[in-house]
Amino acid sequence: MVRLENVYKTYRGKAEAVAALDGCTLTVSPGEFVSVQGPSGCGKTTLLLVAGGLLRPDAGRVTLDGHDPYALPPEQRARVRADGIGFVFQRFHLVPYLTVLDNVLSASLARPSGEARRRAMTLIEHVGLTPRLDHVPAELSTGERQRAALARAMLNEPRLLLADEPTGNLDPASGEAVLKHLADFAEAGGAVLLVTHDVRAAEYAGRVLPMADGRLAQD
Amino acid sequence: MSIWRLIAREITYRRLNFALAAVAVLVAVASVVGVLTLLKGHRVRAEQIHAAQSEKAGQIGFELKDDARRITKELGYNLLILPKDQNLAEFYTSGGATKTMPIEFAEKLADSRIVIVRHLLPSLHRRIKWRQIGEQIIVIGTRGEVPRTHLDPKKPMIEAVPRGTIVLGRVLAEKADVKFGSTVRLLGREFEVTKIHERRGNEDDVTAWINLSEAQELFDQPGRINAILALSCLCADTSLGSLTEQVTGLLPETKVIKLEREAAIRRATRASAGKRAEQFLQLDEAGRQSLRSERQALAAWVVPLVVLGCIVWVGLMALGNVRARRSEIGILRAMGVRGGQVVGIFLGRAVVVGFLGAVVGYVLGFVLAVAWDARQAGEGLLTSGPAGAALFGPGLLLGALLLAPLLSAAASLVPALLAAQEDPAMILREE
Repeated sequence: MVRLENVYKTYRGKAEAVAALDGCTLTVSPGEFVSVQGPSGCGKTTLLLVAGGLLRPDAGRVTLDGHDPYALPPEQRARVRADGIGFVFQRFHLVPYLTVLDNVLSASLARPSGEARRRAMTLIEHVGLTPRLDHVPAELSTGERQRAALARAMLNEPRLLLADEPTGNLDPASGEAVLKHLADFAEAGGAVLLVTHDVRAAEYAGRVLPMADGRLAQD
Repeated sequence: MSIWRLIAREITYRRLNFALAAVAVLVAVASVVGVLTLLKGHRVRAEQIHAAQSEKAGQIGFELKDDARRITKELGYNLLILPKDQNLAEFYTSGGATKTMPIEFAEKLADSRIVIVRHLLPSLHRRIKWRQIGEQIIVIGTRGEVPRTHLDPKKPMIEAVPRGTIVLGRVLAEKADVKFGSTVRLLGREFEVTKIHERRGNEDDVTAWINLSEAQELFDQPGRINAILALSCLCADTSLGSLTEQVTGLLPETKVIKLEREAAIRRATRASAGKRAEQFLQLDEAGRQSLRSERQALAAWVVPLVVLGCIVWVGLMALGNVRARRSEIGILRAMGVRGGQVVGIFLGRAVVVGFLGAVVGYVLGFVLAVAWDARQAGEGLLTSGPAGAALFGPGLLLGALLLAPLLSAAASLVPALLAAQEDPAMILREE
């Protein structure tokens, strides 16, 4: 599904250059739940953005379903993301003025579908937010927000879910629920790449890869 | 989920930003509509006033001209009817006619139906040397006015000079040292001075008037005259040509001279009256034109300035909106929403801002302009319905509804492009 081969990414600030990714190699296949664990600032989020076609690496090769997304122009790369990748972030990034239903449906802006509403309702029910359908994010608990974000990420039936610290702001029970949903997604044939420092993720992930200073432990 | 639904939800969420941007459009549209409506109102009012003034001035001018005509008409045209064979050069150089014609000509004219000729004074002129003073004088034999019996009887303008009496010009009387009641001797006859004219400053001062029959006897011209003076002719609108035709048609052996002085006064007076009315209108129109130009000049720089300020304001509000929605832009881009769609979200919002501002701005600008126009005209807003309706222009409404959203979108284009250029990776990493 997604493969990173010897990928490098360095942020060049005014003070000093920071190597966020230092020769990372990783493969996440369909049906696989991979958790990358490491402390803050070790390059986990950068790894996720590079894998999602959002951040071009300085060196190395990235392939999604065998194709290099960075070889495509930005608009086509956006289409690749819309068609095959879902994102979940620690801070949810829900649109504050949209209800749960509309937030989930907002993903259909990228890939319109006549089935979007029906699928959104199913996903919302799946994550247990049907009673909160017409609530805006400010009216939801953090756990509910993350579940709404998860439903949004899955609306376009992605083959790959990229989750950046999805349990970081959640209480244990909510965190467990989110991890369970990710595991269910992988079990259903999707690929999950989770970056987190939450050790509980190891219980749900098929593989756990430690990461430190931009370097990823090899399988 | 459509972009318009997203826009509608966002507008209700960020009401203040939307309202401030819409107010900017409203102000711009209201300014343009207000100023254009006021200018139109001013033009309409000016045309109405001008029409009324024109009519009034035309009426005044007509009345002035009519007054002048009626006043000067009383001066009449004085005609001099001379024998046909009278040499005019000789007449003008000698100061009188030398040829004669029968007195019956005057009677024939008096009995005629030529209404333009009123008072008729037949006379016999001679220039002689008066021994009493040893100088040339003019002697005029006159019988007074020939009565026109078929017309309304009027008091004769000039009384006849009775036989044995004489009327003297002032200079003659002084030189002869005679007074009223004195007796003077002229051509061997004695005459009693019955009247001495006041000084007139013309040949009358050296003229002596005696009875016509006595003059005919003295000059050996029985039954002859050499001029008929026709006074106060009713010939205001009759050219000399038609007068001559009428008189000479009746009296083929005569010729007619119009004494021009009175006619010139009449023409000058009437022309002056007409000219004054025209000048008044021109001055009035010039004043109005000047005021209109001033207003247009003011509008020509105030309105674009206001519109420009509002465009900048809308642009800044759009920029603020983009900044407030960075997180939203980041996640939408990450989910695969294309840059063009992001531009569409912000431009669509700008179009809504522009349209709403245009609708409210048009109504506000129009109502205020009509109210102001009505106030200027001294009318109430509610009573100025027809005038207000005359100021309404569908073109302006259509222009406002089309241009305001377009300008609002143009003002928001740069912020929208900046939004589309946002790097989602940077936003998501920062957050």
